[in-house]
Amino acid sequence: MKFPLTAAALALAALMPAGHAADWQDSGDPLASARWRDMQQQFLAGQPVLFDPRVVVSAPTVAEDPMQVPVTVDATALPLVEEVVVFADFNPIVEMLRFYPLAARPYLGFRVKLQQSTPVRAAVRTRDGVWHVGGTWVQTTGGGCTAPSAAAASPEWQSRLNEVSGRQWTAGPNAGRVRLRIVHPMDTGLVAGIPAFHLEDIQFSDSDGRALLRLRTFEPVSENPVFTLQRADGNGPLQISGRDNNGNRVEARITP
Amino acid sequence: MTRLPAQPRLWRRLRPLLAPLLARLLSPILPPLVALLLAGNSHAQGFDYQLVPERLAAGVHVFIGQREDFNTRNGGNIVNTACLIGRDGLIVIDSGPSRRYGEQLRAACARLSPLPVRLVLNSHFHPDHFLGNQAFADSPIAALAATRDGIARQGNAFAENLYRLSGDWMSGTEVHAPDRSLSAGELEVAGRRLQLYALHGHTDADLAIYDRDSGVLFAGDLVFHERAPTTPHAAPAAWLAALAQLEALTRQPGFTALVPGHGPVARDAGPIRQTRAWLNWLQTRLAEAARAGLDMNEVLALPLPAEFARLPLAREEYRRSVSHLFPAAERALLEGGR
Repeated sequence: MKFPLTAAALALAALMPAGHAADWQDSGDPLASARWRDMQQQFLAGQPVLFDPRVVVSAPTVAEDPMQVPVTVDATALPLVEEVVVFADFNPIVEMLRFYPLAARPYLGFRVKLQQSTPVRAAVRTRDGVWHVGGTWVQTTGGGCTAPSAAAASPEWQSRLNEVSGRQWTAGPNAGRVRLRIVHPMDTGLVAGIPAFHLEDIQFSDSDGRALLRLRTFEPVSENPVFTLQRADGNGPLQISGRDNNGNRVEARITP
Repeated sequence: MTRLPAQPRLWRRLRPLLAPLLARLLSPILPPLVALLLAGNSHAQGFDYQLVPERLAAGVHVFIGQREDFNTRNGGNIVNTACLIGRDGLIVIDSGPSRRYGEQLRAACARLSPLPVRLVLNSHFHPDHFLGNQAFADSPIAALAATRDGIARQGNAFAENLYRLSGDWMSGTEVHAPDRSLSAGELEVAGRRLQLYALHGHTDADLAIYDRDSGVLFAGDLVFHERAPTTPHAAPAAWLAALAQLEALTRQPGFTALVPGHGPVARDAGPIRQTRAWLNWLQTRLAEAARAGLDMNEVLALPLPAEFARLPLAREEYRRSVSHLFPAAERALLEGGR
């Protein structure tokens, strides 16, 4: 039982001066990654951190396709989630995405490109300012970030860029769920001669204009991204509005 | 890990004294221990695939691989290959996963007959079916045109991957591409009458070979038997159509045996029905999961029905197949819903 001990240690660590706290947290990384301290520096520096089993990150232990590794972050067991940042310790581009579940549940499914075996983690900030961290190791033979997208070889995406297809489930065990696919090459910029070209910001709101979830995506998110969201309430039409790093707009509406 | 434990100072000081003592204590038992380890591992040391032919009919011999994934113990001997003896020469069907396998296959064929190899056939472009070609470089090697293209484009990447999976068994293996193209129809080689079928579905080009003299059907990887099918380049609808064609062949009066690409030989169409059942189930499972709104990780976590869970590699191949085929099922649903 590693977690309760870790949680206790880190709860204690949160009360200690920063220098000592870092030591506790380093030794407590349940994924035993040599990069954990760097990750903490980069994303959570100076803030209280807790390895928390309530942050469930699902991904296959072995990735069959390093260009499309499915990751699901479920922090619905935590109250008052404000921000979730997802990163992979050993990826050439570490940060994958960030989301703010404003009025949606703190849950997101997506796919990413991985270059080598790495922990994939979600750090979840609750209203009290504590970052709750969960994660899992994914083994892969790599090539995910430095291999060209399929779109780079075909002009098809140009006529369909930022086209959204999606669906909402209003009944059954997955009521409140939204799934969507956006046509975008999501080029990382790590392939010679192909500049970084990726979706950057996507906002989901309901028909009253109430923001449900804000999503910021980075280069490692897979080509033609597929997202799974979970609405907290309501099941009316969903408005999607966003842009990529070249300023191309995404505008779509998903009706149940 | 970020911290390396510092070497204790005490040990550093005592090492020169203790090390020779330890060595003396261990020296009597060390050599037999090493010998024992080596003996247990001699099979791997010699990289012997232990190819034993199974005789199916007059002049028809097959080499049946393990029902496992590639690993450093089996060296990639997970595939079925064959040697057909004709009037004045041999026909080899698929050359195996490495140069060593090809050489040992050639030697095993030579033990069956002193006749020269007249033709090597590669059933499709997956590496366990053509990476033994080097051992037959002095014979014609033939495949369907799209198989030749596939080997030219992806052969090296496949070989690289097998070096990673099978380790030293692979040493010296390089891609030796087939040098001529086949098309569907009759082909007489060394006096044996073969009927070739240019199918697809497991890959873009899948060659099935019916030996009319013996009634043995070599189905390549269109058919798996008692081993979960692999789908990295599969088009399930086309694959199912190909299975229907193969099943019709097993109803021909002269049919005697079916050799799947992986798994044991059968005397009936059982393996075809088994492969079809898996593919149908997989298609239905993925379409239903997409309709239910499942995320890919939820699809991966679903249990397998008992009928399929019992097959070797069922879990592994299911995991791989979800990655290969779920995106298309999901896309069909999402785009159809607009």
